[in-house]
Amino acid sequence: MAEVLVLVDHVDGEVKKVTLELLTAARRLGEPAAVWVGPGLEGAKEKLAEYGAAKIYVAADEELTSYVVAPKVELLAQLVADKSPAGVLVAATGEGKEIAGRLAVKLDSGVLTDVVDVAEGFVGEHSIFGGAIIAHAKVKRGTPIVAVRPNAIAAEPAPAAAAEEQVSVTLSDAAKSAKIVERVVQEKGERPDLTEAAVVVSGGRGVGSAENFKIIEDLADALGGAVGASRAATDAGWYPHQFQVGQTGKTVSPQLYIAVGISGAIQHRAGMQTSKTIVAINKDPDAPIFELVDFGVVGDLFQVAPQLTEEINKRK
Amino acid sequence: MNIVVCVKQVPDTESPRKLKSDDNTLDRGAADGVINELDEYAIEEALLLKEAHGGEVTVLTMGPEKATDSIRKALAMGADKAVHLVDDALAGSDALGTSYAIQQVLGRIGFDLVICGSESTDARTGMLPAMLAERLGVPQLTLSSKVEIDGSTIRVQRLTDYGYDKVEAALPAVVSVVEKINEPRYPSFKGIMAAKKKPVETLSAADAGIEADKVGLAGAASEVVDATEAPPRAKGQIVTDEGDGGVKIAEFLASKKFI
Ligand SMILES: Cc1cc2nc3c(=O)[nH]c(=O)nc-3n(C[C@H](O)[C@H](O)[C@H](O)COP(=O)(O)OP(=O)(O)OC[C@H]3O[C@@H](n4cnc5c(N)ncnc54)[C@H](O)[C@@H]3O)c2cc1C
Ligand SMILES: Nc1ncnc2c1ncn2[C@@H]1O[C@H](COP(=O)(O)O)[C@@H](O)[C@H]1O
Repeated sequence: MAEVLVLVDHVDGEVKKVTLELLTAARRLGEPAAVWVGPGLEGAKEKLAEYGAAKIYVAADEELTSYVVAPKVELLAQLVADKSPAGVLVAATGEGKEIAGRLAVKLDSGVLTDVVDVAEGFVGEHSIFGGAIIAHAKVKRGTPIVAVRPNAIAAEPAPAAAAEEQVSVTLSDAAKSAKIVERVVQEKGERPDLTEAAVVVSGGRGVGSAENFKIIEDLADALGGAVGASRAATDAGWYPHQFQVGQTGKTVSPQLYIAVGISGAIQHRAGMQTSKTIVAINKDPDAPIFELVDFGVVGDLFQVAPQLTEEINKRK
Repeated sequence: MNIVVCVKQVPDTESPRKLKSDDNTLDRGAADGVINELDEYAIEEALLLKEAHGGEVTVLTMGPEKATDSIRKALAMGADKAVHLVDDALAGSDALGTSYAIQQVLGRIGFDLVICGSESTDARTGMLPAMLAERLGVPQLTLSSKVEIDGSTIRVQRLTDYGYDKVEAALPAVVSVVEKINEPRYPSFKGIMAAKKKPVETLSAADAGIEADKVGLAGAASEVVDATEAPPRAKGQIVTDEGDGGVKIAEFLASKKFI
């Protein structure tokens, strides 16, 4: 069975959940071979084995993580040339999509991006126009490269050997042209990542102020979820921009999405419409968000949301 | 400094978007066209850099005839001139083909700095700027929330999952910008009038030295095999709060095993 390369997404050795989803998807397409870049594999190896990595290609050289994107692309291109895999899977994050794109150019291969599922033969499923249309696409040329949206495929364990093989790559000068001179890690707190969280609670203009976002945070924390925001809320400076959900923000696909004081404009829906279960609290019965919900409450968020938080905490 | 801004015309999200039934490509005729919103931030950043360092801002668009509306708006904001790559042979290009075509034009017109939006609202591939950097063999400074130029050195803050990276490179380079890097200006009346007189060069694929078999639907390395409307979501339950709305939601969540 041909190998399927899975680029591991990790931050300093901490493996992102999407990697496990990619390994799960890779098993349908061939034999998963994880590609590890940078230091820190020791603590992560067990996880990769648990989710089906038959092999792990390890490129630990720090040089690979000292420049923007291009070194990882040269590594993957070399592995494709040496191992002739059936295809390459990466996470459809900002950087993952860039890696997919550059690799496609290097290999002159077809690339599918932001798929929500991938089936045998590397047929990708896309959810487009904010979820209104489901399209299937496939690659016509080269080694299929597929970027998969986080949280779209359920990760399932299937233990495998995770045999390590060291790889080294000699970078071109072009790959070393955009140097990362400093990494700034912003305080993330205890909450899960917005795009990976099983539960997302988002606040909109109805929340009214930065201070009031505490209501949204308390509810998210009661559910162990992440906090999101509409653009109205991020534009107003009530919540940081990186938490914006929607067309020009993050696309999320959690098990549960709770929209609080959000009208549900089409640009917001574009970023959350593929959530599995949707709940809304809004005082306007005609708010478009109610067209999407599995459960909605027409009411004042300042009453309903704290009561919900209290009720959840009571039931714990 | 010679700055080229890549501007794409996209269908307005508010107007109905459809795929053409024959080839499953976007029906660009059916929807109103607007400038891809993130590209307005790219234009603004180019104008700010020009104001600080001098030079010229060129708008580069690949798209159908009607994309001229978007080009005029970019010129009205303050760009100096535009190049419009328009050819039926380009219709249906995938990201590989688009990046190749744009690279050919960039090679022809020259640049010190290319600025793109980080993503288009229709294709949403988020790949084009990185692909351009790869093809051009220049530094990739993408997903930038801050751009600074100091002589021939360019420094950006690149957004990451954990915060941001400070990245440094030598010009020429490709930059992509994220929302909130700046506040795009509105065209002034004077700007709108001036835009009418600014030069717009129209290029065909052949003019730009683009090999026809590498672009368009036929040159694409991927294809859409089918497209269907998503089934509508089953209608949910909506209740009016009578003092127990929070409890009701909790009951619903418990029934779904969320709590
Ligand atoms: C090109 C473009 C891109 C965009 N990208 C995005 C994007 O990525 N993400 C995004 O979110 N938006 C985006 N927008 C903006 C979008 O169109 C909407 O303006 C925005 O989503 C509205 O945010 P909102 O729902 O919080 O605010 P509003 O539409 O003002 O809605 C607030 C809601 O809160 C309710 N409310 C008020 N007070 C209370 C209360 N006490 N209790 C309960 N309910 C209350 C109101 O009834 C109302 O329904 C974009 C727009 C454009 C043009
Ligand atoms: N047809 C096009 N003409 C000009 N610029 C484009 C075109 N397509 C994409 N771009 C640029 O590439 C960016 C990213 O687009 P995309 O990769 O399609 O998400 C956009 O914000 C534009 O700056």
